[in-house]
Amino acid sequence: MENYWNKEIECMPLEDMKKLQSERLVAQVKHVYDNVPYYKKLMDEKGVTPDDIKSVDDLHKLPFLTKADLRDAYPYGLLAKPLSDCVRIQSTSGTTGRRVVAFYTQHDIDLWEDCCARAIVAAGGTKDDVCQVCYGYGLFTGGPGLNGGSHKVGCLTLPMSSGNTERQIQFMQDLGSTIICCTPSYAAYIGETIKEMGISPDDIKLKAGIFGAEPWTEEMRREIEKSLGIKAYDIYGLTETSGPGVAFECCEQHGMHINEDNFIPEIIDPDTGEVLPEGSKGELVFTSITKEAFPLLRYRTRDICVLTREKCSCGRTLIRMSKPMGRSDDMMIIRGVNVFPSQIETVLIKQGYAPNYQIEVDRVNNTDTLDVYVEMSQEQFSDQIKDIQDKEKELVAAITQMLGIRPKVHLVSPKTIARSEGKAVRVIDKRKLHD
Amino acid sequence: MSIKQISIFVENKPGKLSAVTALLRDNGIDIRALCIADTKDFGILRLIVNNPDKACQVLKEAECTVSITNVIAIGISDKPGGLAAAVEVLYAANISVEYMYAFISKSDSEAYVILRVQNNETASAALEENGFKVLSPEDVYDV
Repeated sequence: MENYWNKEIECMPLEDMKKLQSERLVAQVKHVYDNVPYYKKLMDEKGVTPDDIKSVDDLHKLPFLTKADLRDAYPYGLLAKPLSDCVRIQSTSGTTGRRVVAFYTQHDIDLWEDCCARAIVAAGGTKDDVCQVCYGYGLFTGGPGLNGGSHKVGCLTLPMSSGNTERQIQFMQDLGSTIICCTPSYAAYIGETIKEMGISPDDIKLKAGIFGAEPWTEEMRREIEKSLGIKAYDIYGLTETSGPGVAFECCEQHGMHINEDNFIPEIIDPDTGEVLPEGSKGELVFTSITKEAFPLLRYRTRDICVLTREKCSCGRTLIRMSKPMGRSDDMMIIRGVNVFPSQIETVLIKQGYAPNYQIEVDRVNNTDTLDVYVEMSQEQFSDQIKDIQDKEKELVAAITQMLGIRPKVHLVSPKTIARSEGKAVRVIDKRKLHD
Repeated sequence: MSIKQISIFVENKPGKLSAVTALLRDNGIDIRALCIADTKDFGILRLIVNNPDKACQVLKEAECTVSITNVIAIGISDKPGGLAAAVEVLYAANISVEYMYAFISKSDSEAYVILRVQNNETASAALEENGFKVLSPEDVYDV
């Protein structure tokens, strides 16, 4: 069975794809130059005009955009359409101070949902399927994106959102869900709960799962596949480019096909910005060539991965990206939430602690854990346990509010946080998600 | 008459308590009484010593987190009901005890109790009115 949503695009010969990308890129650069003063300035500074961009081969001439630019331009500085033409806002989850707000026209939503539809169909989805979406709904792109894709395919869609696991399983059984979409850690948790409830994978009808928004390993994939009796597919995306559906896995489960008709990928050397040849490991950069409201050109994702044009036996010609192998900045993805160590530092200082801390991230029973070790300070100390614990609770609440995830806080002796070469080791990630 | 109690933050990790006690030993600090309040991650070591100011200084120099708290010490009779009588006085005066600990004195008939309350003056007055001996710093430091 051929599982394509848009065969013409997904199996387009490379020459035709380059031609399509070039046409769209030329028009997009003009659109951005004319409507986004922030990016026009970057282009002017680099001495590039829209006339210099004649095809995808000229892409490297354009300036990069980074998360810092998004912050500088917050909230409207990178908007390329009048607000009256926009119909939706989505935002990155819980990362105060580093929040990314993305705007969508109806056209943008349609294209985004179309990308998600490709992912669902590649996972075997048809209009006869019951698709249970347990990504969070709201500002987070996970729920709305897959929900829209599921509608497009014609699946019976269950907009469950995340949480309330027993109810998720109840619905799964009662309504015969065949496809599930969520974060891989939540999928693993559902799998464990099913087992605890004494339900066999044979008692549920699930056949496929589409999982993304956080890093996961092959081992975790096999575990989820076994516990839910499904085939597990990876999906990639980021709020900056639209949300999930920038790239998706096919039945080969060997890299994610990038929807190149909408997003042109490049791999660069994160230090020099130089474009690297196909097959090199480097930082992934995306140029949105179809988005109207929030079209980012050469956006540096900070994800480190590899691209390949090797023929895929699924028949798709779309270029494939590997799972991200790490980050070129200090951002961590914990339970699907983007976390920067500096955010925790900000809270500590505000609460009167010394900015000496260590963050330990681990994955216990497939759920990410966040432990923050903080050096006790003279100001925070008291001869009474309850005073210290009250302050500790305040700190936990403040970090939770900042990040959107709840840490465990441990108070340690002053001057004991490990330092290497005079610089404190801020993050210990024990999850071993990357080779 | 307040007594100076030293409170020290001690992380729950092998060697942390030993580092504190070694430091006190090396500086000739004599411990009169102690108690530890503990949680999962850390404990608070509370000490009555012969020279609290010096103890505090050497601990601070060693980058320990330490504070001095004014507590009161009373003498009670070292027999069944001795402590009950004192606590009844506090209860009657509506004084709540944050924490307390006791140690025996050199005398056969007397025990000492360290009390941490909200207001030392009120508590001392109530206890003295009812015939309890509120100890002076010298009484305690030089046991």
